[in-house]
Parts: sequence; C-alpha cells; structure tokens
Amino acid sequence: MAVTTMIGAKIHRREDPRLVSGEGRYIDDFTRPGTVYLSVVRSPHAHALIKSVDITAASKAPGVVAIYTHKDFAKVISGTMPAAPAFVAEKKQIPPRFPIAEKEVVYQGEPVAVVLTEAKYQSMDAANLIEVEYEPLPAVMDLEQALEAKSPKAHSGAPDNLGWDLTYIPEDANVMKEADVVVKQRILQQRLAPTPMEPRGVLAEYSRPDQSMTIWMSSQNPHFIRLFLAGALGIPETRIRVISPDVGGGFGSKISPYSEDYLVPAAAKLSGRPVKWIETRTESIQTTTHGRGQYFDVEAGAKKDGTLVALKVTQYLDIGAYVGTFGAFQACACLLSTGAYNWKHVSARTVGILTNRVPTDPYRGAGRPEATHLCERMIDLLADALHMDPAEIRRKNFITEFPHTSHFGLVYDSGAYEKAMDMAMEIAGYEKLRREQAEGRKKGRYLGIGVSAWIEICGFGPSAATAPATGGVALVESAQVRVFPTGSVTVYVGTHSHGQGHDTTFPQIVADTLGVPYDMIELRHGDTAEGPAFGYGTYGSRSLAVGGMAVHKASMKVVNKAKKLAAHLFEAAEEDVVFDQGHFYVKGSPDKRKALGEIAFASFGAGLPEGMEHGLEAVAYYDPSNFVWPFGTHIAVVEVDAETGAVDLQRYIAVDDCGNIINPMIVDGQIHGGIAQGISQALYEEVVYDDETGQLKTGTMIDYLVPTMNEFPNFELGRTITPSPTNELGVKGIGEAGTIASSIAVINAVCDALAPFGIKHVDMPASPDRLWKQIKQAREHSNGGKEARK
Amino acid sequence: MKHKVATTVNGHKHEHEVEPRLLLVHYLRDVVGLTGTHIGCDTSQCGACTILVDGKAIKSCTMFAVQAEGRSLTTIEGMAKDGELHPLQQAFWDEHGLQCGYCTPGFIMAAAYLLEQNPNPTEDEIRRGLEGNLCRCTGYVNIVKSVQSAAKTMGGVKSQPAGQPAARRG
Amino acid sequence: MIPAAFEYARASSVEEAAKLLNKYGEDAKVLAGGHSLIPLMRLRLAQPKALVDINGIKGLDQIKEQGSKLHIGALTRHVTIQNSAVVKDKLPILAEVAGEVGDNQVRNMGTIGGVVAHADAAGDYPTIALMLDAEIVTNQRTIAAKDFFKDLFTTPLAADEIVTEIVFPVANGPHKYIKFRRRLFDWAIVGAAAQKMNGGWRIGLTNVGPTPVRAKAVEEALHSGAKPEDAAQHASDGLNPSGDLRASPEYKKHLARVLTKRAIEQAG
Repeated sequence: MAVTTMIGAKIHRREDPRLVSGEGRYIDDFTRPGTVYLSVVRSPHAHALIKSVDITAASKAPGVVAIYTHKDFAKVISGTMPAAPAFVAEKKQIPPRFPIAEKEVVYQGEPVAVVLTEAKYQSMDAANLIEVEYEPLPAVMDLEQALEAKSPKAHSGAPDNLGWDLTYIPEDANVMKEADVVVKQRILQQRLAPTPMEPRGVLAEYSRPDQSMTIWMSSQNPHFIRLFLAGALGIPETRIRVISPDVGGGFGSKISPYSEDYLVPAAAKLSGRPVKWIETRTESIQTTTHGRGQYFDVEAGAKKDGTLVALKVTQYLDIGAYVGTFGAFQACACLLSTGAYNWKHVSARTVGILTNRVPTDPYRGAGRPEATHLCERMIDLLADALHMDPAEIRRKNFITEFPHTSHFGLVYDSGAYEKAMDMAMEIAGYEKLRREQAEGRKKGRYLGIGVSAWIEICGFGPSAATAPATGGVALVESAQVRVFPTGSVTVYVGTHSHGQGHDTTFPQIVADTLGVPYDMIELRHGDTAEGPAFGYGTYGSRSLAVGGMAVHKASMKVVNKAKKLAAHLFEAAEEDVVFDQGHFYVKGSPDKRKALGEIAFASFGAGLPEGMEHGLEAVAYYDPSNFVWPFGTHIAVVEVDAETGAVDLQRYIAVDDCGNIINPMIVDGQIHGGIAQGISQALYEEVVYDDETGQLKTGTMIDYLVPTMNEFPNFELGRTITPSPTNELGVKGIGEAGTIASSIAVINAVCDALAPFGIKHVDMPASPDRLWKQIKQAREHSNGGKEARK
Repeated sequence: MKHKVATTVNGHKHEHEVEPRLLLVHYLRDVVGLTGTHIGCDTSQCGACTILVDGKAIKSCTMFAVQAEGRSLTTIEGMAKDGELHPLQQAFWDEHGLQCGYCTPGFIMAAAYLLEQNPNPTEDEIRRGLEGNLCRCTGYVNIVKSVQSAAKTMGGVKSQPAGQPAARRG
Repeated sequence: MIPAAFEYARASSVEEAAKLLNKYGEDAKVLAGGHSLIPLMRLRLAQPKALVDINGIKGLDQIKEQGSKLHIGALTRHVTIQNSAVVKDKLPILAEVAGEVGDNQVRNMGTIGGVVAHADAAGDYPTIALMLDAEIVTNQRTIAAKDFFKDLFTTPLAADEIVTEIVFPVANGPHKYIKFRRRLFDWAIVGAAAQKMNGGWRIGLTNVGPTPVRAKAVEEALHSGAKPEDAAQHASDGLNPSGDLRASPEYKKHLARVLTKRAIEQAG
C-alpha cells in the first residue's frame, strides 16, 4: 500500500516562480504576427432601437483595416448564444441572443459594431468616429414593476418580462399556523461585478489553408467555449483550438461565452488577420456578467422552544436582458434555503425577470451565498423573536444524521455542524464578546456579533443531475496520465486553475498515487489540443472533488496496468505483488523491487504479457456519485459608529470543513479570498444604475468599491475535518465557501449591533449613509416622532 | 508628432520614438516588451501597473512614456539578480501571497518601495503602505505575511507589535 | 482606456511654460503630477490638444519658512510635504493632510499646485488653503484663497497662468483633519479640518459644496464660548451639498456637523 506523504503537505506552489517574476502569460501578453486590434462600439442606452450606423468617418480614420456590423457577422456566425436549463428546466421565454445587435439594443454596452485597426491606440479613436443613431426606448429596471401588466418590455416584441416562474415545492397555507412565532423579511442581494483583476480578452487567428481557428482567451473552461464556437462558426471541434493560459481570476465570470468570444474569431475569419481584443475595466463592469441580482421574500416559523417549523421562500431573480448561459443556476438558492437545519416544512419558488441590464450569471457561490444569507438571517430573526441566543437556536436545529436527504431530494454526504460551531465560538471567545457587548451598550457603543453556520453543495457534479442541467453535457471530469520511458509523468486534467494552484495540488495527488517523485510530474490544463476529448472547467468548487478524483482514477489505472506488467516481469501472480511507495515487489522479497519508472520503461520493450499493449498511460472520466457538502461556522465582530453609520469590522473568525485536505496552505488561501469577497458584498460593492435611464453609475473602480487591505482585519481560521464518503480521497470543495458564509456573518453582526435601536434588518451593502438613515429613522420612531438630534 | 524617449529599464538603455499619449505601462509592455507589469483598471485605483521610477513607486498607467525621459525604471523583471529571486519574490512564494498572480508584480514593486522607506514596518504600516494595490484573490492576509517575511530577510529588525488601526472614518 | 492624441512640449522655466500655453491657447493644459489630469484624459473626459510638461522646471518644489509664512512650491509632491520636517514643525496639519491624499504611489507624483489648480471640491488642500487664508501665487499675481476657488473645477487662472507657490501661515497649535471615506485611498465623502491659531479656531470643510467651505459660523460660536458639540451644529449652516452615490445631501450636512465636532475635540 502507498504511504501518503504529499497529500496533506503544505507544498509551495509551482506556479509561483514565473508569476512572481512577471513571466506569467495572461491573454494580453500574447500576440501573433500581423495582429490587428479590435474595439467594440457599444450601446450607450439600456434600451433603444438602432436607426442607423454610419461608418463613413470611421472608415477614413488612420489604421482602419475593417469595420463590421451585424450584417457582416451574420455571414459567419449562425444560431444564438446558449442558455442552459441549469436549475430551471422550463423557462417561459429565452430571448434569442446574437453576439451583436441588429435592430434593437437591450442593455447598456451591447455590441453594435466593431472596428479593426493596425495599431492598438488607433482602434479607440476609430471607434469613437462611428456614428450610431438610436431611438431610446423605456428601460425596464425595477423587478416588481417589470412584472406588472402595464410595464414596458425589456425586448420590444416580447409578451412580457417573465423569464420563468417555477415552484420547486408548493406552499401549504396551513403549515405556518403550526408555528408559535412567524417572521417575514424581504432580503436584497444587490448586483455585483465579479471584478477579477485581469479583465477578459480574446486573440484569434484563422488559418485559411487549414480552415482552422486558434483562440487564446481568459477562460475558466476552454472546452466548453470550443463546443459553443464550433456550432456557431460552423467549424468542427477538431479544427478549433482554445488555449486559456494564465487566467487572472474568474470567480465565475469567465465561464459563459460572451459576445466577444464569437466576434473576435469571426472577425479573424472575415479579415484574414489575427484579431485581438482586451477588455477595459469600464467594459468589464458594464458588460461582464454580474453576480447575485435578486431579492427574496421569506417567511419562517418556529415553535416557542426554537424548533424550526416552516420556511417559505420566493426568489425574484434579475435575469438581465438575455438569459446568461448559466443564469438559471442561481435558482439553486431555493434548493439550499433550508441550510444546516431540520425544517418540518419548506416551500420554494423562483421567478426570473427580464430587465434591460447585462445578464446575471454565476459569481463565487452562485446561489449558495444567497441561500446561506437568507437562511441565517431568518434564524437570527427567529432567535430575536423568541429571545433566544443565536447560537442556541442553531444548535437545537442542526442536522446531525448523515447522509441526510433534504426536502428537495438532495443528499448531504457528511457533516458535523455543531462541532464546527463550537470551535468557532471558542476561537471567537463568544461569551466574552457578549459581555463586552453588554458593557459597551451601557456606554453608547454598539458592538455586534454575527454567526453564519453555512453549508453548501459543490463538486458539480453527478451526470444524472448535471447533464439535464447543462443541456446534455454531464459535468464529470477527465484526466489523462502518461508515463514516459524515462519514468516522468505528464497529467492532463480538464479543470482549469485560475489561481487555485492546481499545478501544485494535482501533482501532489499523482505523486502519492503513483509513488513517483513530485518533481517528475507535470500538470497540463487549459489547452483543448491536449488531453482527453473534453474537459469541463473550474467553477462550483469542483476541481478537487471531481478533477482531483479523475486524476486519481487515471493514476490508479496506470498503477493497475503497471502491477500486471510487474507481476509478469517477476513471473509471479498478480495477487502476490505488492505496490508500496512507488515500487513493486513480490510479497516477502521487498529488496528485489522495481520502481514504477522501470516498469514504464519495460512497457515500451518486448515480452509484454499476452494481450497487453505497449505504453503506460490511461484516460479516465470520473462521474461522482453525489455532490459534496462542505460546511462550517463563521463569526464576525463589528462595531457600528451610530453617529456616522460606519461599520468597523474588528474580527472575523472562520471554521471550515472541506473533508480531507491536499494542501492546507492553498485551502486557507481560498478561504481568505472567499471571505474578503463576501465581506465586500456586505459592506462595499454594488452595481448601481439610474432607475429611469438605465445608465450605469458605478462604471469605474472609483465608484465600484473593491476594498483595499485596510478595510479588512486578519482572518482567524480554524478547521475541522469530516471526510466525504462520496469519493475515495474523502475530499470536498472550498473555493467558494468563504464567500458563501461571510456576507451574512457580517450582516448578522450589524443587525446585532443595531438591535438596541429596534432595527430588525439591514440590507447590503450596509454603507454608512444607509445605516445612518436607518438609525435616524429608528430613533425618530422611538422618540415618538421627535426629530433625532444627531 | 512622435517624441524621442530614452530610458533605462532594469539597467538596460532603451531609445524609441513614441506618441506623446503612449502610456508608460504600454511603453513597457508593447515597446520594450516587458509584459510583467499589468493593467487592471482605467482610473488609477488598482496598482497592478506599479513600477519604480528613479526608485519611487509610481502607477505606470498614470504617466506618459515621454515623462520617463532620462529616468531609470525598475519593473518586476528587474527584481531578481543573477537568477536569484529578490527576497520579496521569495517571500510571496513562501507565504502563498499570490493566487492568480495578476496583481502580484504591482504588489511586489509597491512593497519594495515600502520596505526601502521603512525597513521595519508594523502590520498597520504595511497595510497603509500598500493601500494603493488591490487584490481580488487572496483577501490580503498572506500578502501582509509575505511583506513581513521579506522585511525580516532583508534585515529589518524583528517587527514590532501591530499599532493602532488606521483611523479613517472619524 | 486611451487618451486622445495631443501635442507635447516640455518647459524648462515658468516663462517658457507661459509662452507654450499662450501658443496653444485654451486647448492646452499643464502637466505636473498628472494624477488628476491623466485619469480624465484616459476616460476622454478631457481632451486637451496640447500638454505643457512643467515637471522639469527647477525651483518650484521648495519648502521655505519666511517670517511667519510657509512657502510651498507648487511642484512639491504630496510625499515631500508629508515627510517634510519643516512642514511638520510649522504647519503640521498640512503634512497630515498630504499623507492622506490618494495612496503612496499617487503621493509620489501628485503636487500641491496641481490639486489646488484643479479645484476639485473633494480635494483636501483647498480646504486647508481656504481655512487658513492662504495665498496662491502665480506667474502673474497673488490670489487670496477666498478668491481662488470660484466653483467646481473653476478658478480665476488664465490660460497662460501657472501656480508657482502657495503661501500658508505658520500654525502649529492644536489641529485635526478628519477625512471620512469608505476605502483608505478614496476621496473624502466629507472632510472636516480644525486649526487653533491666534487664539481662535479655523474650521474648514471638504466636499460639502462645489468649493471648499470655511465654517465661519462654527468659528464664531467657538469664539463666543460654545462647547464643541454645540458650535459644530453650525457646520451645516448655509450648506447645500449635492447628493452622490456615497451620500445624500442630508447625510453630508450631518457628517459636516459630526466630523467638525470630532475634529475640534480631537485637535491636538
């Protein structure tokens, strides 16, 4: 048996030497001979008819190679952009989406024309000379108004703005009557711009003689892009190569195909030149898909003693002007709404609404932060109504038996929720914090403690569930392990790291499975020309649980073949051959051992067993039997300055359980980054539009508030380990966990801080101006209407 | 009309004719060919483009190449010496101070300036010193650790305990 | 984002700069630190036909105490003011304000002359200049601060007029500048400055109107013996701030009062 040495070790990342030296290769670092630069002319209106496009002046601008509009692209792009069923199998309408507008624009930033120039700087000059005449139309901005009969339509020809209306579990009007207390709350999930530090970019080159297209782009899943483009461009998958090199962050925003992913290759085909487009930050905030963008109406009921009785959830989801490829994924917020608890009854319904904004699509957590946020908020509201400590009500209702089948038919694989919460409480010093809070209140200081006991579903996913969700492609994962005559190993995997350190962690798995030295193992990913026929990408915290398992499975196939060959070479029965730490030997004769590398060399020689082919390599596709279910408890400690409404986040504690761990350093890094994004949603970030005109108001990083390191404390981490029974490695996912837990930890803390004012709920972002207004109104209310002095 | 620009970049002399509007970051990336300096925003917030100009940390997206006439520029590619990583590069590696790596060159250059001005910074001084650099992946925890580790290696006396957090909201 | 094309010239003296500005007329702009101008140009909100680069002009970055005045050259970078022993000694509030402008990289390039000439209501130096009755010296004349900040981004500077230095009174008594913002490197949502000098108080406010504001009503109340908390109530007198993404007009007025109270109480 192999002794594990690499799995669990804090190995420093292989990716880092090149990245810290400025030798990372991100999309803007690539060019091809003869490259021309593409700028996109975009609609300045949220909704308008295109009356005319005049390219006369632009055509004469210096360096212009070509200008293309819809009529040009219609010659080389067919069909419409994809919209997967995701968690809403049946939709009422899916507006057809072509990568560039023809007669009507339906979101600010929608492409209307593109210009290609010889030099980079010329393309913006030329683009500014293209004159487009628009007839503005009313913009659909408000979700509630959008559903009214008299509302304008986000698309002129559409019957209404309803994208879907799906009830997962119908409401039973009687169940809430079983409860002793019932709380109701509307909870807002503001639109967020994922804002990876590297914006998007595409470089495409078409070879006319080969009729083949090579595309470099910043993507989380190059094979899916190849699949979509093959259909649209009419080029078989065999002649499209998509290369995603180093990717500077994605967080879900580099999954779905974008207009530019079609337009740039098409422009390469039309022009006969390599074409390059790099997104500006303004384009990114405006046109890269947004996260969240929902509100929930939630009702929760409990018994006097805190036993949870019923939860009723209605999700209203801002689809945007088109359904994002995975825009219906976030409906899973309904399916996870019961959180870590036993609820007697639950009902859930999702309503998707079309508006004149860029589509929403997955963003770190994709539905699970929303679920955790609403569940943990309602738990706190119930605790408040029952005068119960927030930790107590949680303990009382935690799921304790696993596997656990939820109301929605999902099977939670393993968990130890109370253990994680106990550890978090201890690290936080919960009792001491409550005492400090009580003391502070006497002196007019408002400390708040917020608990977030989170669970989540990740490791997408089992074929039975995921194939229908994607429209036919199950989200399994592929890997290929190839051993070379010299004994070194290359591993190809279909996931695609964009900061998660796969170059380091997957070889750790292979090193332990094959017993080959870590330094002899190379990981390849991100190029569709390499490895198995399909790869599925990195998102949904799946890379380890599904990709790592595919790597492990392919490695085991190699070990099994090597064992057969070793037995043959030893002239022994296979069952008498032992494999230990990379060496084969016959039981009882460990000194006469052969390394896997020797067996590899032998596999290229003569005298192989009857029926065995040469070489030592294997392809494996791994289909997980279930999703995996990490969990934990986070605690945020804040102080609210009641005079200004400013929130000081003083401490942040996180105890997370992602099963067995391959590299603890990388796990902690993922948690840190995830926590920061959730805190940022709670306190800082928001995409803001003008309600009337639909104009984006937060179009730069001046106004879209990504925080600096001064806005966060250090994060105090703890860990429990509850292996997953779902896979042999016992691993779960952790990439999104931090974000799933943290927004509500902070908001619960702010609400806790403001409880003395009678404030029951706070929406995100809890910015100072908003909190001040709430505090002022609460004071006026409690003063019997007397104007608050401060 | 093009202007002649002569600079020294990482110790090497360069002379080119450039448009006045050519941003320094594009000069480095597209003319000199050093792509380690990155662009992450349009409005001088993110700091991914940070380099040293005559030893001072500057956001190269907010300067024209013509302004760098006669100056000595240091980019991330100039930090390692004779094949050995600079202590900051080593520290970011050791402490897992990067994930996607896109913001990292800018952070390392800003941190190099910080440690040159203040070889023994407290945690608060590190956070204030790097306020002009944004990261979306790491949550900043390990970036702070990386700079603390580099400060030790580079000979700063053992770091003092953290001072009062920056009072920025009044 | 790429600026529109422009012509470029370097001036090696103030006279040469004035000549070049005259040559290019209204469409020319001075390039000093560039950290207000270049971002605007990259977004094409400013499209000057020509830039006159004054960074090479010698002698415009001196800090000198003369009598009871502190002369700060227009080209002095924020970081220099922040670290200057003379400023820390003679007008410490200015050094502290300099240390809060933008971030470390911005402070290496941005200049006091640039910030003052730009006359952004959210700028910090204009508040201090107004509050302390500073003088803005140009190549043509000396303008009192109270006559300089006419409106948002609007000063009496002529097209060929360059700020050469700003002259402050020496004041090293109790002082405090409170810059309320979301992120450490943001502009002020509202800022409040308090400086005790010559037996009385000077109070200034940032970003509560199109120009910096000197809160004379607060100064007078303090002079009449009012407690800081009560005097500060007058900080919002006569204010009519515009709302923006970060703050409603009402909130800005409230912050003006709260931050003024705190600035006076914390002045040390």
